[in-house]
Amino acid sequence: MNAGDLVDTGGSVNAGGSVNAPVLSVTSLVKKFGHFTAVDDVSFELMPGASLGIVGESGSGKTTTARILAGLEQPTSGTVALDGEVIEGHSRRARLRHARRLQMIFQDPYSSFDPRQTIARSIAEPLRLHAPGSRKEHQARVDELLDQVGLSRRAGESLPRDLSGGQRQRAAIARALGIAPRVLVLDEAVAALDVSIQAQILTLLDQLRRDTGISYVFVSHDLAVVRYITDTSIVMRHGRIVERGETEQILRGPQHPYTRLLLDSIPSPDWDLDRVVQDRRALDLR
Amino acid sequence: MTLTIPALRARSAKRRRRRPLIVSLAVAFLILVAAMGLLAPVLAPHSPDATSLLNSLLPPGAEGHWLGTDSTGRDVLSRIMYGARLSLLAPLGVVLLSGLLGTAIGLLAARAGGWADAVLSRGMDIVFAFPSMLLAMLVVAVFGPGLTAPICALAVSYTPFVGRVVRSVAIQEGTRPYMESYRVMGFGELWVTLRHLLPNVVPVLVAQSTLAFGYALVDLAALSYLGLGVRPPDADWGSMISQARSAILQGEPWSGLLPGLVVLLTVVSVNVLGEHIGGSIGRKQSEGA
Ligand SMILES: Nc1ncnc2c1ncn2[C@@H]1O[C@H](COP(=O)(O)OP(=O)(O)OP(=O)(O)O)[C@@H](O)[C@H]1O
Ligand SMILES: [Mg+2]
Repeated sequence: MNAGDLVDTGGSVNAGGSVNAPVLSVTSLVKKFGHFTAVDDVSFELMPGASLGIVGESGSGKTTTARILAGLEQPTSGTVALDGEVIEGHSRRARLRHARRLQMIFQDPYSSFDPRQTIARSIAEPLRLHAPGSRKEHQARVDELLDQVGLSRRAGESLPRDLSGGQRQRAAIARALGIAPRVLVLDEAVAALDVSIQAQILTLLDQLRRDTGISYVFVSHDLAVVRYITDTSIVMRHGRIVERGETEQILRGPQHPYTRLLLDSIPSPDWDLDRVVQDRRALDLR
Repeated sequence: MTLTIPALRARSAKRRRRRPLIVSLAVAFLILVAAMGLLAPVLAPHSPDATSLLNSLLPPGAEGHWLGTDSTGRDVLSRIMYGARLSLLAPLGVVLLSGLLGTAIGLLAARAGGWADAVLSRGMDIVFAFPSMLLAMLVVAVFGPGLTAPICALAVSYTPFVGRVVRSVAIQEGTRPYMESYRVMGFGELWVTLRHLLPNVVPVLVAQSTLAFGYALVDLAALSYLGLGVRPPDADWGSMISQARSAILQGEPWSGLLPGLVVLLTVVSVNVLGEHIGGSIGRKQSEGA
């Protein structure tokens, strides 16, 4: 298992067809909080139009990785490159370039909106920053975006607190899409939603990826969700990547005992608690 | 459960809307005083400066002088009306200046954090600990009497009163998760601060400024009473009380008591209003949490 090595985990088929360069490449990312290493030598690549899952149990460093990608956290070492260009600097220009290429969806959509603004205004705001145009053009674009994520105009005129969790997450997706990023990082984006709503949002995301050729980095501890929404995955434990490859393959025949543990831990009709305990022991022996 | 929630919400909304009587009275009184000042040239029965030694120290209810006259025979009602102008405008100036300064410093401290916050906060603590009247008197001693110097001095004095609250609200709002989403979207600090933090600060700013207005009014009246504020013959309430000193000693207290009463009622009204605004913000915040 050459977990730390740089392996192309992006799909070989990419939506653009012509370009075959990764849209996102992460190299030897390390993040330390004091003496604690939250992310330890993480590397991966993402091709245009591909969807990468990051799975792992609580505290394995998934969120920290996602936050570094979004520029919310500075890596201790290692680089993040978007379209082959390493992210660095804090100038307004650098900030805007970064934002235009990569956007993030948070777990709790309610807390990602200014509670005093209508959804439509919140969606229009980044448009004004990234796509200068007339008020009318922005209005039209907002309507288009709302439509794209399946929200009514009336929902657009609502305040965040008046919408359901699923509607808010749709709104958050619309707002991010307005910037037309190449990569969307989703951190437990459906974890707070009811199962039926989860399915709707996942279908929407799948549809959007097919329509726009956007790439996803999908952070989740829910393997069923990851199986649906991603092509390839990395499995993280204690900040390190312990397994990587096609999502389907990882889930069918996990190579690393930790991945096996994760799989066996999912409650199912033939759930065997003894096997989970066994897995855990095997893992601790390593 | 789901059925009762809208009903509950509607009821609490109604309760919030009902304003206590005392607040309505306070607002009515403040409107009355402001209107008196604004419309003084139309409403005042006499010129505020017209002396008439024959009619000095008339008691309230006297013929042609509802509220009586002062020791030089000037009409007390007219002087209270004209006096409202300076007595209200000067504290308004203090409040606007200290509001501007306090907001700027509070936001800067909250957003910058680190040593900048430490320096600004300690600075505000020091100014806060320094008695406002003493500062105002020192400034008058340097720049001479007149209203400009005391207004500026009091504005500086009250800046921490506004700045400290603005800072704490801005820090609280700044930790809300939606702030991060704006960073991810590429917005700069300044935009987020002005477009998203500032509106959250406005309610407390209004509440604090209202209270500061009351304090400033008293301070300025006191300065005028001491002869350090308005210069004669301009009228403000503080100087009216001051000029009534000898009359009060002669047993003719009305020309001093009446402007004193107006100061008292105005300050109480302003405080009632300020407390009410502050209270309803607190309620809204605890409901929102
Ligand atoms: N700002 C921070 N300061 C100190 N430690 C942190 C900080 N942020 C995260 N950590 C630690 O880093 C580790 C990884 O956290 P992270 O949030 O990335 O995990 P995660 O995989 O997203 O977990 P979960 O599934 O619970 O969301 C955790 O042990 C956490 O306590
Ligand atoms: Mg997490």
